[in-house]
Amino acid sequence: MSVSAGARRISGNARVVAASRILDPQAVWMIWQRDLVRFRRQPTRLYGSIVRSVVWLFALGLGLRQSFVPVSGMNYTQFIFPGVISMALIFASLQSAISVIWDREFGFLKEVMVAPIPRSSLLLGKALGGASTATLQGIVVLLFAPLAGVPLTPVSVLEGVALMFLTSIAMTSLGLVIAVRMTDFEGFGSIQNMVVMPMFLLSGAMFPTQGLPVWLTAFLLANPLSYGVSAVRGVLLDYYTRPLLLDVAVLSVFSLAMLSIALWLLEREG
Amino acid sequence: MARLSDPAIAEEPVIQVEELKRTFGAITAVDGVSFEVQAGEIFGFLGPNGAGKTTTIKMLCTLLRPTSGRALIDGHDVVSEAAAVRAGIGIVFQDNTLDEYLTAEQNLRYHAMIYHIPRSEWRDRIQGMLELVDLADRRSDIVRTFSGGMKRRLEIARALLHLPRVLFLDEPTVGLDPQTRHYVWEYLREMRRLQNITIFLTTHYMDEAENADRIAIIDYGQIVALDTPAALKRMVGGDIVTLVTADDQRARAEISDRLGIERVAHVDGHLTFEVADGESFVPRLLASLSVPVRTVSVRCPGLDDVFLRLTGKAIRDEDAGSADRLKSRMREKGRIRR
Repeated sequence: MSVSAGARRISGNARVVAASRILDPQAVWMIWQRDLVRFRRQPTRLYGSIVRSVVWLFALGLGLRQSFVPVSGMNYTQFIFPGVISMALIFASLQSAISVIWDREFGFLKEVMVAPIPRSSLLLGKALGGASTATLQGIVVLLFAPLAGVPLTPVSVLEGVALMFLTSIAMTSLGLVIAVRMTDFEGFGSIQNMVVMPMFLLSGAMFPTQGLPVWLTAFLLANPLSYGVSAVRGVLLDYYTRPLLLDVAVLSVFSLAMLSIALWLLEREG
Repeated sequence: MARLSDPAIAEEPVIQVEELKRTFGAITAVDGVSFEVQAGEIFGFLGPNGAGKTTTIKMLCTLLRPTSGRALIDGHDVVSEAAAVRAGIGIVFQDNTLDEYLTAEQNLRYHAMIYHIPRSEWRDRIQGMLELVDLADRRSDIVRTFSGGMKRRLEIARALLHLPRVLFLDEPTVGLDPQTRHYVWEYLREMRRLQNITIFLTTHYMDEAENADRIAIIDYGQIVALDTPAALKRMVGGDIVTLVTADDQRARAEISDRLGIERVAHVDGHLTFEVADGESFVPRLLASLSVPVRTVSVRCPGLDDVFLRLTGKAIRDEDAGSADRLKSRMREKGRIRR
């Protein structure tokens, strides 16, 4: 037994430096970093995302091309390309956020919950981590741009990635509210059917948003993802139906609102 | 208990709990428990599954708000000063809370980050802890490849990394083999010796409870007895006689009628009772019974006898088959929203 040898090394001061009650950058970074490390060690998550995106892009893009009336010179594959990126973003963001349910009840997050770090930093780290892994998946889809006939410029790539990240922050924050609210894991599958698919299909990712019935337009306006789709499509295809700044503002305000709600719910419980 | 009489240690209790209570809807999980734990003490909560042990530990660790009553850890209130409490405690949960996709060292490093251990001390402390639990040579391995015992040891190392005043252990050795269990306790006692750390553990294993300086026996959310293991065992007078007969009901009646022993428990197909001097009692017992006796044994009382005496039922070592573990997980899932 090396008990004593090991224990003797452990010296130093027992008292932990009291962290800030508002923001604990070290904790944010740790939670963020952990999500990235886990993502690297679970390559199947990335493969699944690639396969899903490619199927949507080429099966639908080519299959429906003939029946699609070109919008400002774009064919259907080009048109849905930003939509398919958004799909990768929403799936990845929600998956990452919802994993919190399991993680805090039986996993590592329980360790974080008893650590002396503010809940706000936990949520912020998780939002950044989830958004980063989602954006990475979006970037991989972006690599298919030449195959989809979407020309990329350094500027459109930079702007596109930034907007993908913002969209992912919004989606992860929404996912965190759901995760904090959720009472059991049985709801896990229904999130896919009740949140992810409707939000994706009613986001304008797969069809132009002009000349739709009023109720559908209302859905689109209420759906945060549609602002992400519109923004990413804007910079990648140079096709704007409304000011980019409006999309950015809505996504930012929505993210802040969701994170605040998640924080309020998390602090209230127990 | 010699430690407690030492004037240097007999200061304010590290854990002070007053009338702590927690209800879930109509169910009262913890029903007004009060106790104090001194610095450097190993204090055990012993009781069957569902007795309120985990609920108590969750309240003491700031994960669950008490319905009423109050608890202080190192002088800090678990509700109003949760952050201060968290900084001074380490916890090993019943379920593994390591990140299995990270290496052993990464798990410890992340812990060091969120507990704000000075960066200059990381290397030595992590190395020292890994050596303490005999995992230094596996530091760069992914935790998923570890055995249950290794994971548990790593969790203990992690919980101690920030040198907490109090270490909470919720069923620390469930599912571990006896040898690993023995080692785990050796590490814990070593840490107590070096750091005067206070240990609060819950268990439903009698032999594990024997490691504690004092034990609170808990049943239906209430403490039914609180003392040293030796004193608890003295509550059971004399020896324990256990017998299996052809007709337990009749034998029970005869023991009470002919030998004047009223308190005879019928547990798991045998009769159990206490007598002052077991060895000389057995011949009398056999002579008095008309029922055929299959086996008879006499032994010194253990904690399970204390439990039986106090609650009228046996505490079972529900040694978690995987199906049981799964079921209890499912049960917990059902009430995640506390």
